[in-house]
Formats: sequence, structure tokens, C-alpha cells
Amino acid sequence: MLKVENLKVEVEGKEILHGVSLEVPDGEVHVLMGPNGSGKSTLLMAIMGFSGYRVTEGRILFNGEDITDLPLHERARRGLGIAFQRPPVVKGIKTRHLLGICLNKGEIKPLTKDTKEKIEALAEEMNCKPFLDREVNAGLSGGEVKRSELMQLLAQDPKMVLLDEPESGVDLENIALLGKAINSLLGRGLEPNGITPLKEKKERRKRSALVITHTGHILNYLFSDRGYVMMKGRIVCQGNPREILRTVEKYGYQECVKCLR
Amino acid sequence: MSSVTDQKDKLLMVGIDTEEKERSATFIQEEDRVVSCGVKQEGVELLPVKKALEKGYGEYLWGALEKDPQYEGFSNGYFIRSEPGAKPVFPVQACLYIAKEGSVQHVHNIVVADENSELHVITGCTSGTKRGTHIGVSEFYVKKGALLHFTMIHAWGDEIETYPKTAVVVEEGGTFISDYICMHPGKAIKMYPTVYLKGAGATARFQSVLVAVPGASMDIGSRVYLSGENTRAEIISRAVSVGGEIIARGHLIGEVPGVKAHLECRGLLLDPKGRIHAIPELEGKAIDLEMTHEAAVGKIDREEVEYLMARGMTEDDAVSSIVRGFLNVEIMGLPEPLKRELDEIISKSNEDAL
Repeated sequence: MLKVENLKVEVEGKEILHGVSLEVPDGEVHVLMGPNGSGKSTLLMAIMGFSGYRVTEGRILFNGEDITDLPLHERARRGLGIAFQRPPVVKGIKTRHLLGICLNKGEIKPLTKDTKEKIEALAEEMNCKPFLDREVNAGLSGGEVKRSELMQLLAQDPKMVLLDEPESGVDLENIALLGKAINSLLGRGLEPNGITPLKEKKERRKRSALVITHTGHILNYLFSDRGYVMMKGRIVCQGNPREILRTVEKYGYQECVKCLR
Repeated sequence: MSSVTDQKDKLLMVGIDTEEKERSATFIQEEDRVVSCGVKQEGVELLPVKKALEKGYGEYLWGALEKDPQYEGFSNGYFIRSEPGAKPVFPVQACLYIAKEGSVQHVHNIVVADENSELHVITGCTSGTKRGTHIGVSEFYVKKGALLHFTMIHAWGDEIETYPKTAVVVEEGGTFISDYICMHPGKAIKMYPTVYLKGAGATARFQSVLVAVPGASMDIGSRVYLSGENTRAEIISRAVSVGGEIIARGHLIGEVPGVKAHLECRGLLLDPKGRIHAIPELEGKAIDLEMTHEAAVGKIDREEVEYLMARGMTEDDAVSSIVRGFLNVEIMGLPEPLKRELDEIISKSNEDAL
């Protein structure tokens, strides 16, 4: 699904990633751990193609296609989706309107009856109905922001999702709910909810994901296949995500520094 | 020269429906000539202003504005009045049209929303020529408990100069709402309509959408005197420059204790050659009043654009959506052709926007 080869990325003229390689196969969920400032978000932003993240070396392959130089919206249209950690408030655009655009693959066009029904169902599933007619991200709580992001992703129906610290800003009791929502997006840990049929949910299992976590809390709720530790712009460790997390929890990231040498 | 009656498309641009489907009355004046003046619904009175003065409505001439000899020689204009308690479903539409090259149109308009009535007026000013001058004096009276919703759209030819002068008097419990849209200011436009909230509990709300294309220059403001007890006012203006110059003014004067007013001027520069000058003014003349303002001039936030692009929108669509959202045109109920043109202007300027 996604292959990153020896990626070097500069931000404001400074090299942040010094040659990162990883591969996320179809239907797998990979988790990227590491301390603040290690370059996790930079990797995600560069994969998605945001301005300000300049790839100086290496390449990004998505389903076999080199997307390193593709504009952001083209990557989105090919099936890459991202949930933002701190999304901006977009004034004058309602969440409902944006959701319609997500469902129409980025095209602005009148909504069909079918699309309108999907909007309602998604809002119901992600518990976003109360703010569907508010401006995008305006006055939302931490948990609401995350749910809104996941709802937009569901509408986009991406082949692969990038999640940037999904648990940040969410209080502990809501992390479980959030983990459930992410699992639902990825078609894992399936539970009937009376809204979306299980068969449709199972289809989502084909999705891949690359998830950033600083604290690792989300791992307690998320079914994941592989973990990485990133330190100072390099991947220093990979393996079973829960096993890695246990070591990190016990000894902290400072032990990982030693692997850099 | 093109006569107003062949200008269906132009009229639609300024909200004038020539088929008069959802309108309660229609007034069209070309140069000095009243082309159309007819009422379809009860409760509304519509006359050329000169006829109205003959009929005994003289008290309204220079009743809101101080008499100004400079503006005496008007040729005509509209007189619109809603009868006490009347609530016509559809708006009254009025169009002032300049057809002849280089001509001067001088009008004096009077609108009266009589006690407890509700009146919506849509006025569109446009031209079939490039050069000309429009001098428009308007006096509005909102009587006790009445509501006047005044929508004005300016779409002038490139060399038209416009100097309107407007005053509004609002009595006890009355409400004045102004929606103003200007995308074609012509060569120069300067206006500063003033509202006098005289009666207790009177309210005024201005909402203006200003778009300046290269070469355009507009100096547009709104002023409200809050002199009645518990009066309220809100002035909101949204200015977008795609190369032209906009001065967006606002002036609130609180004259008695307990009044509340807010002023908001926001500007978005989409072209480095453009200029937006926001001048919000607050003037308090009593203790215990609440007046606030908010002004901001800036460019489009790259982060917002990319957020939308990450959802699959092209850069053009993302910028246009943000600008449309900024201008808040959905709320104003912009005529469809004008909306389309606005989209074109925005997307043309997109390359310079970021």
C-alpha cells in the first residue's frame, strides 16, 4: 500500500528526517512512536504532501505509484486520508458541507438524496450530529475534534489513513470511545452498532493505517500490526507494537537513544 | 444607448426580477424617466417621489436629512410606503438605471415603514453605459414597531461615479436591516449612510459585502447614532480586494446609558496590489454603555486551504470556498448570476492569493 524509501525531509531549510524507510502493506495498521520533536509528524505531513515539508531525497510510493511530487489533493483523491491533530477552524464552511465534499471525492456539487442520507448516518455513527451545522471545527472540544476528523475520513473512504496523535487532547475516559471509532474506521474489533452493517464495516478492514502516538495510550484500544520508534529523524526500532510500548513504558525513550549509536 | 427594458440580465444581476414573480411592487427609473411603477400586493404604496410630494407626503422630504441646496434639483426617485400593520410577503423592487453615456441621474428616494408593518425593499443600481454620475439621496422612516429590510446591490459601469446620501430614522421598537452588496463600484463610490435610533428599543443592523476588482475604489461606511433608551446596533462589513482599493468605515455613537453596539470590519487581500483600510470608530457620550469593535485585515490562511485540499478539494475550490465563506454571501441571498460572477472573480485571483 505505502512504501517510503530513504526519505529525507527539510522544514524551513533544516533537515528533520534523515533517510526514513518503512512499508505498510494492505490492510495493516502500523504505529509510529517516539518522543516529541523526533520527526513523527514531519513524516506524516511529508507523506500527505503539505507545503513546507520539502523532500530532498528518497521517494514515496502509494500502490506502486510514485506520489513524491503529487499535489496534496491528488494524493487525497488517490486514497490517502489524514486526521489532523489540531485542525484549523474553517470559517464560513459548515461541517455538513465539508462532509458532502468528502463524500463526493473533493468535488463541489449539489448533494444527491443518497449523499444526504450518508451524511446523517455518518454523523450518527461518529456522534457528531450536534455540531454538523456549525462551522468546521469551531468551538469543538478535544474529543469532538477527533470524532469530526474520523467522520470526515469515513466520508472520504480512503485506502489508507494517517492519524496524527489521535489521543492527544482527549481525556482518558473518552480514549476508549475514540479507539472504538478508529477500529470502526479500520474495520477491526467489529461490533454491531445498528447503524452501519457489519458487512460494510468488514470492507473497511482492507484499509491500512499509519498512526502516530507519543504516549502509546491508544495502543490499549487499537488493534495494530507493527510498531516503530523514531528518534531524531530516524527509525531506530521496529517490531511488535505492544512489546515496544512495554519497553518504552518501563525504560523511557532515553534507552532508545542508545540505539542511535 | 441601451434601454433598461432590454437589460433583463443586467437587472437580474442586481436582484431585479423583470417577471415580478416574487415581488409585491416594481419601480424602474431610467435617467429621469419612470419606466415602471406598479403595485401587485395590498398594503404597499409605490409612487414616483414627485407624485408622492404632490399627494401630501411632503413631511418626509428633508425630514431625516438636513436640507442641502446642493441636492435640491432631483429629477425623481421612488416613494415606497407600507401601510400600518401591513406585512407584504414579497419584497418591493426598485431599479435606478443609467442608459445614456455621460448623463447625470439625480434622484431623491423616500421609504416609509409605517407603524407595526414589515417592509422588504430590494434596490438595484446599474447602467448600460460606461460613463455617468448617479446622485442618490435617500430618506427612510421606520415607525413604531416596524421593520424595514433594505437590500441594495450596486453594479455600475466602469466609469460611473456614485455619491449616495442616506439617513434613516428609527422610532420606538423599530428595526432597520441593511444588506449591501457592491462588486462593481464603478470609477468611484463614496457613501456613509447614517441611522438615528431615536425610539426606545430601536435596532439597526448593517451587513456589507464589498469586492474590489483592480482599478476600483470604494469608500463605504455605516454610522449609527444610538440615542434612544436600550437601542442596539451591529455593523458587519466584509471586504475582499482582488486588486482594488477599499476603505471600510464604521462609526457607532452611543449617546445614552445602557445602549449596546458592535462593529466588525474584516478584510481579505487576495492580490498584493490591493489595499484595504479598515476604520472602525466608537464614540461613547454616556456612562454605562457597551460598545465593541473587531477589525482584521489579512490574507487567506494557507493551513485552512491545505486542510480542505487534504479532503480532496483542488486549491482553486478550497480558496473559493474560504472566500465565499468569509463573505458570508449565503446569508445575504445573493442573486444567482451575481453569485456566479463572484465565483469567477475569486477564481481568477486565486493565483495571487497565496
